[in-house]
Amino acid sequence: MKTESRFRETSLWATIMIIFGLVPVFMTSTYQMNLASHILIWILFATAFNMLWGLTGMLSFGQALYYGLGAYFVGLMVKYLGSAWFFPGMAIGLVASAIIALLIGLLLIRVGGVYFTMLTLAFAQLMYQIMFKWYNFTGGDDGVVGIMQPGIFSNPIVYYYFILGIVIASIWILKRIAYSPFGMVLRCVNQNPDRVRFLGRRVRRNQLRIYIVSSVFVALAGGLMVGVDNSIHTDMFVWTTSGEVILMTVLGGINQFFGPFVGAIALILIEDIVGAYTEYWSLIIGTIVLIMVLLFPKGLVGEFLQLKHRFLKLKKHGG
Amino acid sequence: MNPLLKLESVCKAFGGLKVTNNVNISVMPGEISAIIGPNGAGKTTLFNQITGNLLPDTGKVLFKGKDLVGQTPQKIVFSGIGRAFQISSLFPDESVLDNIKVACLSRMNKTKKFWRPMLKFKQATEQAYAILESLGLESQAQRFAFELAHGDQKLLDIGIALALKPELLLLDEPTAGMSPEERKVTQNLIKKLWKEFDLTLIFIEHDMDMVFDIAQIVRVLQQGTLLAEGSPEEIQNNKEVITAYLGEEL
Repeated sequence: MKTESRFRETSLWATIMIIFGLVPVFMTSTYQMNLASHILIWILFATAFNMLWGLTGMLSFGQALYYGLGAYFVGLMVKYLGSAWFFPGMAIGLVASAIIALLIGLLLIRVGGVYFTMLTLAFAQLMYQIMFKWYNFTGGDDGVVGIMQPGIFSNPIVYYYFILGIVIASIWILKRIAYSPFGMVLRCVNQNPDRVRFLGRRVRRNQLRIYIVSSVFVALAGGLMVGVDNSIHTDMFVWTTSGEVILMTVLGGINQFFGPFVGAIALILIEDIVGAYTEYWSLIIGTIVLIMVLLFPKGLVGEFLQLKHRFLKLKKHGG
Repeated sequence: MNPLLKLESVCKAFGGLKVTNNVNISVMPGEISAIIGPNGAGKTTLFNQITGNLLPDTGKVLFKGKDLVGQTPQKIVFSGIGRAFQISSLFPDESVLDNIKVACLSRMNKTKKFWRPMLKFKQATEQAYAILESLGLESQAQRFAFELAHGDQKLLDIGIALALKPELLLLDEPTAGMSPEERKVTQNLIKKLWKEFDLTLIFIEHDMDMVFDIAQIVRVLQQGTLLAEGSPEEIQNNKEVITAYLGEEL
């Protein structure tokens, strides 16, 4: 049984790698690769976000703050210091995000529930305003365009595989965390924080830890995005960006590790396909999310697993 | 012999209401004792002050000679006081095994490990299974905690407390909401656990059969005051207790 689950685990990762890995080989236009890059980056963003919400029960409406920070550190460093600062900028962005997440997090964990959600939103909107108004330095709502990666990474195909590697590695790391004792404590914090204290564990300390981890991986997603769009813009900080990952997570399934993964793919593909026919695509998305929440609250992955479980049970009893 | 737990003139008031009024208690190591009293007598409040949920207004809570007043529940847990709750306090969406295992991991100080999968912590799994066996829950190990029957959930709650290897275990109405048959089973089980785990045990209970069957010492609380303290026989024959609590006709 153990080897079987290891086999399934390995084949799952292999399938993901192969599907995304083959995109540049079979694409008919670079647009498809660009779309796949967006999907990968949003997968990372949404999965990191759900480490907070689904796992620990902290609904952040402001993870765009770190998405934007990750991107702006890369974009502004390249703008002022040159292409060579693309990857160092990314690294500095991650460290800076960790420090900012620690400082903001110390405030945030003092409040729970909807107050936590509103505070995260407030901090993200604050940062948005700063970036928006500080025109001389950040370019305001024009953002910065024409940001290029150094050397071989300016080749879109090379950069695509770079994204694929980083995203898959990050998802793998986040999955290890989710299924470790630390992840277990986070689930316990979600379900019954009072009892966690009686296990001798500090609730807020653990909430702070995962807030920092989530924020760093979100910043990584932001940093990666700069190389895809070759630009940064203040929209990255805005609340609809935070809302987008919430939609993805709801669509895919809150309580499943791979929920946001599937949700991100689904949402971006729907946007892309429906968007080609009508400009009212957000209406369609809204309707789909509404149907999902009302009829299939477990999300795509959750409902699929339940179906599979029922089918296996039926087969077992029938045969 | 020194008492394991000693309450020295503990007082607590909520506004004008004195919920704990100058309580003095000495609990000897290895003792199994009951706290009884009518609803609102301050039994659970007293537990809350021992485990650090509530801060006494005045007085001392001495455990192994050290004052616990002002310490957080987290610290008090590791100094050796475990607790099960009146309404079982579990992790409903985790398996029965994991409910206990996470407590074992916490005691082993391994909850910061973020890289090794839960499954690889074999020692914690073995310990958790051992506790489940003592509770008679081993056949339910893989079920979700929320799926368990009410009585089994109460046992699991005790199991989580046991996993932290307490010296002193506080049980808040362990048989609340159980059928008479379940009560009998639970009563015997608690006595068994007390011996098996070498515990000092204090339980709050309304079921007098259980109180007089297994407690060595019975303490009666009324309106926050310790009304009487003694062996089950003494308490049964205590006039004050009879009039105040057990009823005139006895």
